[in-house]
Amino acid sequence: MADVYTMGVDLGSTASKCIILKNGTETVGSAVIPSGAGTSGPERALAAALASAGLTRSDIAAVTATGYGRESLDGADWSVSELSCHALGAARECPGVMTVIDIGGQDAKVLTLSAEGRLENFIMNDKCAAGTGRFLDVMARVLETEADKLEALDAAAEGIVPISSTCTVFAESEVISQLSRRAPIPDIVAGIHRSVAVRTASLARRAGVHEPVLMTGGVARNGGVVRALERELGVSIGVPPAPQLCGALGAAIYGWNKLNKNKS
Amino acid sequence: MAETTEKLNAKQVLRQLQDKIAQDVWDAKNRGEKIGWCASNFPQEITTAMGIQVAFPENMGAAVGAKGGGQRMCEYAEGMGYSSDLCSYSRINFAYADLGKCEELEIPMPDFLLCCNNICNCLMKWYENLALELDIPLLLIDIPHLDEMECDADRVKYIRAQFDDCIHQLEEITGKKMDYDKLRSVMEVSQRSSKAWLRACSYMSAKPSPFSGFDIFNNMAVACVGRGTVEAAEAFEQLADEYAELAAKGETTFKGGEKYRILFEGIACWANLRFTYKTLQSQGVNLVATIYGPAFSFLYSNLDELMAAYAYVPNSNCFEKEVQLRVDEAAKNGVEGAIIHINRSCKKWSGNMYEMERQLRERLGIPVITFDGDQSDPRAFSEAQYATRVQGLIEIMEANRQKKEAEKNA
Repeated sequence: MADVYTMGVDLGSTASKCIILKNGTETVGSAVIPSGAGTSGPERALAAALASAGLTRSDIAAVTATGYGRESLDGADWSVSELSCHALGAARECPGVMTVIDIGGQDAKVLTLSAEGRLENFIMNDKCAAGTGRFLDVMARVLETEADKLEALDAAAEGIVPISSTCTVFAESEVISQLSRRAPIPDIVAGIHRSVAVRTASLARRAGVHEPVLMTGGVARNGGVVRALERELGVSIGVPPAPQLCGALGAAIYGWNKLNKNKS
Repeated sequence: MAETTEKLNAKQVLRQLQDKIAQDVWDAKNRGEKIGWCASNFPQEITTAMGIQVAFPENMGAAVGAKGGGQRMCEYAEGMGYSSDLCSYSRINFAYADLGKCEELEIPMPDFLLCCNNICNCLMKWYENLALELDIPLLLIDIPHLDEMECDADRVKYIRAQFDDCIHQLEEITGKKMDYDKLRSVMEVSQRSSKAWLRACSYMSAKPSPFSGFDIFNNMAVACVGRGTVEAAEAFEQLADEYAELAAKGETTFKGGEKYRILFEGIACWANLRFTYKTLQSQGVNLVATIYGPAFSFLYSNLDELMAAYAYVPNSNCFEKEVQLRVDEAAKNGVEGAIIHINRSCKKWSGNMYEMERQLRERLGIPVITFDGDQSDPRAFSEAQYATRVQGLIEIMEANRQKKEAEKNA
């Protein structure tokens, strides 16, 4: 029987992610492009994922779009919320996972799953970017570094400088004033990570935290945030190998499930 | 030649009645009568029985928001020095009181103010501020927050004393005398209106509900400002009859058909009403439970019970009672999910909504989502965030339904 390829595309606010699954299980291609919905990012992500899989668009049996820009992808067979996709992806990456914490470019969400891996409920951040990936980008710029380097700086911290978690703009001012006071940059970074963790932990507590806990989304690549969140919640948090691709993975699984359901 | 006139439906009658009520205030003002601005849950029995015309700034705030003027008026008020954290109805009203004009809707300027704090304590500061700025008298009926399930005799006595005093003060201000026979008659008519409104809302339990639940937000206006008039009672009776007929036939005016049934919590986002409604309606989600239904009727059989009825309005009840009202309504009407509007304007209503969310989720066993918004200031609302949350809610409701089906077939 011929192999069936399904594609999941996650059009986020700051990045476009794409994954191609063979027969619903094996990842044969993927790509992450740091440009989100409304840019050339989605198109480039699709092309890069197809190239890495050695496939063409006509080889793909179904395309499922998710993320902030899910309705804007031409040719998508289905559009599904990132909530369901992250739940599906997380359950694949960590069977039995009960709580998923996803921090993306502009939003943070906590998902609670049933024992069978079904999304039961979710809590999302309010209309504010504090505590999201964008927040970390802004802080990194003030510190004249890049978001990818924050984890290493955090690891060198000897203390934690308190930073507000209320507002990105106010937090930026706080960081600037700490810099002018010559506070050590690693300690400021640790404070920034803690502020993200405090804010996310309050969402998680509202949703209810049950282990195992998995963290997905681009911010999960920052071990400093993950550790701060573990301290804040008092639980161990797992991170899949490619946390940023978890939503796209869920979308590709969704497509596979739909194809099989339609067949039956 | 005999003229044939097509009978108006209840929605049209209510709209006409709303216009007439607004015009009556203008006519009174133009006749030189003293008119007031009045809080939405002030005992309307007093003014209706005394023949005193009042306009409602909260209703104006909602209408201005719905017609697209909310942001402009709010920004004007903020330019006057009012914080953007204040209620948008109050900001619109402060702007209007200063400007004396508003292209979306105007109400006559007041000669006195009638405030009742049963729905919101901040309302007192709003009205105190107006009284100072406009240099006009403010009459307040203070209704203490209920910290228990029932309104006891002491509270009734306290409210009644203010009710009586308010009548005396209004007699002095307006020169109009209270006719206590008329008051009894207004109370009876108000009961007719309230019971008919409750009956109309009760048909939301039919499957499908005979109407879109968002209609409640529109019909609420007359229930709020005109329920002491025979015309309102008749209009609500007609509305209830129309719903009864549709329900009996298994029909609905909800466009596209009802696929999912939800509870909606909070005041509507008037400035974003179309988007919030369309996002739900286009996916077959109908609002079949809201606290606006059962809680905005005032049931009583004598004056003391009237006092208690005004202590039972939403926001005045203790939290346990507020939860129970929603749980009962949701269970009765068979909802599969709930949406909570975290209304930036209304700290009183939204402040306890995270706990409400938790309790509804646990007690009803349904998914509950929250979204940020505002009753009349569109800046607090994000379309993309709302759409994502709604889609997530629908996906969970669908999965729950499939799980139930599978269990049934197993």
